[in-house]
Amino acid sequence: MKLETMYQEIILDHYKNPHGKGLREPYEAEVHHVNPTCGDEVTVRVHLEGSGADAKVVDLSYDALGCSISQAATSVAYDLVVGHTVGEAFEVLSAYQEMVQGRGKVEPDEDVLDDAVAFAGVAAYPARVKCALLGWMAFKDAVAQADENAPELEGQR
Amino acid sequence: MTSLASVPTTTGATLDVEKIRADFPILSRTVRDGKPLIYLDSGATSQRPRQVLDAERHFLETSNAAVHRGAHALSEEATDAYESARERIAGFIGADYGEIVFTKNATEALNLVAYGMSNALTSDDPKAARFRVGPGDEVVVTEMEHHANLVPWQEFCRRTGATLRWFGVTSDGRLDLDPSVITERTKIVAFTHQSNVLGTVTPVEQIVAMAKAVGAYTVLDACQSVPHAPIDVHALGVDFAAFSGHKMLGPSGIGVLYGRRELLEALPPFLTGGSMIELVRMEGSTYAAPPARFEAGVPMTSQAVGLGAAVDYLNALGMENVHAHENTLTAAALEGLAAIDGVTIIGPRTTESRGGAVSFEIDGVHPHDASQVLDDSGIAVRVGHHCAWPLHRAFGVQSSIRASFYVYNTLDEVQALLDGVRRAQDFFAHGGVSL
Repeated sequence: MKLETMYQEIILDHYKNPHGKGLREPYEAEVHHVNPTCGDEVTVRVHLEGSGADAKVVDLSYDALGCSISQAATSVAYDLVVGHTVGEAFEVLSAYQEMVQGRGKVEPDEDVLDDAVAFAGVAAYPARVKCALLGWMAFKDAVAQADENAPELEGQR
Repeated sequence: MTSLASVPTTTGATLDVEKIRADFPILSRTVRDGKPLIYLDSGATSQRPRQVLDAERHFLETSNAAVHRGAHALSEEATDAYESARERIAGFIGADYGEIVFTKNATEALNLVAYGMSNALTSDDPKAARFRVGPGDEVVVTEMEHHANLVPWQEFCRRTGATLRWFGVTSDGRLDLDPSVITERTKIVAFTHQSNVLGTVTPVEQIVAMAKAVGAYTVLDACQSVPHAPIDVHALGVDFAAFSGHKMLGPSGIGVLYGRRELLEALPPFLTGGSMIELVRMEGSTYAAPPARFEAGVPMTSQAVGLGAAVDYLNALGMENVHAHENTLTAAALEGLAAIDGVTIIGPRTTESRGGAVSFEIDGVHPHDASQVLDDSGIAVRVGHHCAWPLHRAFGVQSSIRASFYVYNTLDEVQALLDGVRRAQDFFAHGGVSL
């Protein structure tokens, strides 16, 4: 059934026990994003070392109110970007965005997406795509604010 | 015009719901792998019976033309169809023919009043002076307003320098009619007849009396009341009222503004252009009498015809019967939801002064996730803040689930909702395993 396809166990686990939740210092930029249709909100801070695609994401800290999909997606984002370079993080985000917006027609690349591949089922529910992207887009914006040399994200539409 | 012979008549005080459902083709479809559609989102938009769809199609196939222009046969027929719809809609809410203005939707109708009134500040028509509002004056709204009857007044205050004040909401979902809110400084009181979230029916006569005592104009958001109960705007005594076609079995793309004749005659226009003029010269123009003054450009026509047919359909059912039917469904939903552990109803717990919108929360299950499980059972409900964000904030909740009922809903569907809520609880309690 589709419902179970979307609500993968890994998503519900992250929802119940989010990784890296809470706002922490130090940080270079903080952004607040809302989903105006449902009222979900997320505040994201990033702490970078260096600049450009090679900058290292030392921390992504966040506080969020929202559904299981948006909460779990932000928690998975924490796992996948911290300790990596901005370039690597954006490569994951780009593949992730392509997958969740792909209406089920995009074959996800598990090597790039890692745990984020669990969100493939969201693509079958266009109304939930925004939930899956809320924390990730906030991360992208925070990086752009923290570093004027931040790379462009590929495949934006 | 449509024949009413095919509209289901009522049996006793209740509706023949099975017969009604046969008029709504969409209700026989299935969703999500073959599940029968259970449509509990009429508060957002209602479904349309064949009679409405047929009336639109018949008009377009036989009489379509631009109304109020041209002298050919189709133009005359189209104008007659458009004006006949206006007459029947006026009758439906106890208004006079000339007191009904067609707009794109209720939001536009409310903006028409707000902009018409602020345009009084620059109008050279002496009749418009009565609407002048400025610094030191106050506009009163309520905390339970839909954004459509809140944001236009925030903007109105920004344009005019007036101050926005509001009635708060009590914990049981009623208006807190603090007598200090309406004062000699109050010029406009804009409020909802029935909350689209709580279902609460507000004491219109009492608020109108408070407003009249200080000479303030009243603007009623009747979007959630006109489709569901007998409404007489003259008896209510409001100055303006707005509602939309698509929430009352009619088409989208048409809304209605009611305005007391004397006030519409004094109100400056909102949108200007063709059709709304009296005399146009290069140096300046004068404007037509209402309602034409407020219907600039070629208006929607098949939508007006469709809304006329929707009103005919509702009249044939009888609005008292519609109200009684929804009351039965609402009572069952309130009782059933209250009996489920972990469910909190937001709004009045009984059907006393209450309509058929029932909002609630489920402990530990975000509304978005709950609606996904309901949707998987074929049940359509609304989730989010329902365009009433301040109201949700007042209740300390981020969003809620809303079921709303109409003429075609059944007690079995209410039961399906209750079963769906339990399934959502189980689903998330057991880590995403469907039971």
